[in-house]
Amino acid sequence: MVDAPDVHEHEPIARYTDPVARYLLIYLCLLVLAALQFVIAFSHADTSAKFERMLLIAIAEAGLALAFFMHLWAEKRGFMLFVVLFTGFVLVAMQYGWTDSYRMEVGAPYTQPKVGVVPQ
Amino acid sequence: MSQADLTMGGHPPGMITGLPPFSVSAKKLAIWLFIIADAATFAACLVAYGFLRNGAAHWPKPFHNIVNVSIMTFILLTSSLTMLLGVRAAKAGDKSGAFRWTMITAVGGILFALLHIREWLGLIGEGMKLFSNPWGDPLFGASFFSITGLHLLHVTGGVIALIVVGLRYLRGRYNADDLEVTGLYWHFVDLVWMFVVPFVYLLNLGQ
Repeated sequence: MVDAPDVHEHEPIARYTDPVARYLLIYLCLLVLAALQFVIAFSHADTSAKFERMLLIAIAEAGLALAFFMHLWAEKRGFMLFVVLFTGFVLVAMQYGWTDSYRMEVGAPYTQPKVGVVPQ
Repeated sequence: MSQADLTMGGHPPGMITGLPPFSVSAKKLAIWLFIIADAATFAACLVAYGFLRNGAAHWPKPFHNIVNVSIMTFILLTSSLTMLLGVRAAKAGDKSGAFRWTMITAVGGILFALLHIREWLGLIGEGMKLFSNPWGDPLFGASFFSITGLHLLHVTGGVIALIVVGLRYLRGRYNADDLEVTGLYWHFVDLVWMFVVPFVYLLNLGQ
């Protein structure tokens, strides 16, 4: 007996039939999140705290844009997982170099040690 | 010939069936693969920028006015919404509506590019160059111009693509799927800006 293929038609999964109100809601959420980043920029937190908060907000913004504006949420789960996991892996693997960046802070070749940082 | 013959081609199970991977059209899969690769490119630029910023003794904080970058962000976010409405209209068969929204998106992109160029000229006028600036670490200019320049290049390419695809869609040479693929690219350009603004502009605000 021949198994039927998983998909029988070439119809696109994302059909862009969502109500406009949903798009407007996502748009407003993105505007609010973007505004929040500006608020954080003027807060009195230190740079690393600002960076962490802004990064989290940027990831939330990107998630909303990917899921609803780019309709990744409406595509097949396999495709969504492929895009998210593959991209996520590449982006996370890219962070491997940060340890070297911290080494540079204390005066590695070609860099100037930061003021107040004691070279080890 | 039946659809089953077309898709299965008479092959035994397990062989190539002709179905697109993930039930996504070839064009859409291609643009998603491009987006993944481009996301890695921008991420590499931002990581390199962070690397330089972290290792620099005196990283400049030249931005005092956020009005320009706020307007640019608003325009780009709004253009993403208008693009979405254009694709929605195209999928619904509203050809003139889709064209109108696509051209509004292109105008948004042009406005964004003009504001960006105005900002660049302002910074250049203050003495910022690729490898020197009056405020501190000389590599600030190189990292700023390369990241924002790469993004501006994407916006410019996107505007050209929007106009070309929009016109060809109106004349019947392209269909709604082509507009959707262009829209995915435009949303990606918007998505990248969400990371460029906080890291390149907002973390370098002079208090």
